[in-house]
Amino acid sequence: MNKDAVILIAEDDPGHVELVKRNLWRSCVDNDILPFKDGQEILDFLFKRDDKAKRDEKAFYLLLLDIRMPKVDGLEVLRQIKEDEELRKIPVIILTTTDETSEINRFYEMGCSFYMIKPADYTKFMEAVENLGTFLSLEWVKVPLVDGVGAC
Amino acid sequence: MNKEGVILIAEDDEGHFELIKRSLQRAGVCNEILRFADGQETLDFLFVRGDGPKREHDKEYLLLLDIRMPKIDGIEVLEKVKEDPELKKIPVVMLTTTDDPRTIDRCHKLGCSIYVVKPVEYQDFAEAVRKVGLLLSVVEVPQINGMPKTKGVVK
Repeated sequence: MNKDAVILIAEDDPGHVELVKRNLWRSCVDNDILPFKDGQEILDFLFKRDDKAKRDEKAFYLLLLDIRMPKVDGLEVLRQIKEDEELRKIPVIILTTTDETSEINRFYEMGCSFYMIKPADYTKFMEAVENLGTFLSLEWVKVPLVDGVGAC
Repeated sequence: MNKEGVILIAEDDEGHFELIKRSLQRAGVCNEILRFADGQETLDFLFVRGDGPKREHDKEYLLLLDIRMPKIDGIEVLEKVKEDPELKKIPVVMLTTTDDPRTIDRCHKLGCSIYVVKPVEYQDFAEAVRKVGLLLSVVEVPQINGMPKTKGVVK
């Protein structure tokens, strides 16, 4: 991915965040990784409603998004991102334990880039994230510049 | 991606297609692969029209899409796919030589899943596609049901 792209992770389970970060690094992803602990935090960041942590005016982002999170869930986060003219360009990869077909359908309908199920088995989970990381570490993967202010 | 899912490759360059196919297989992807030589063929398949092969009900599809193709280019294919309420669910991976930021921007606005530039060097190209294959092996792909709603194409 573009060297200056930032990977955003919205995930309420700190253990999962660590595991994802570690395995992305292991697969040579050297992009900055920013964690968010619920849907509200990630929306505040993207829509620049938080004074402490808000997205840069001109930056490249990719979002790894969990579904079940406190306050605002992943579906609502995805909906708001994809309804925004500028933010909709951000590739959103769902990373979740939910494996219902109807959910997979719904998230693709709403415009997620990919839907990945977190395997319950630890080793398989690590492998899956490594595969994802190996792909994302490719310099040939290009994410777009998000340069608008975003509608509030 | 499930074993029954079909990978559609819209690619006018026969050599590129062969390389893509082989590299996916090297990554352990053993799904059925269908090739379309231009944008028209791809749309005919997806919208179930014309005399060529046609999309089936309740199947999973993923599309690897080149941009510069005869008749209808990849951007128009992407636009048509993402405008359709059912077909829009199909993950579309752009795989193209174009690295113009405006094109990257446009494709993401239209709803491509991810954008991959074809490396010029043969080895790099094969390696990039192998890594696309690694990704495909860990993601879920939705089933596409029913026929498209576009008028006059349903048979």
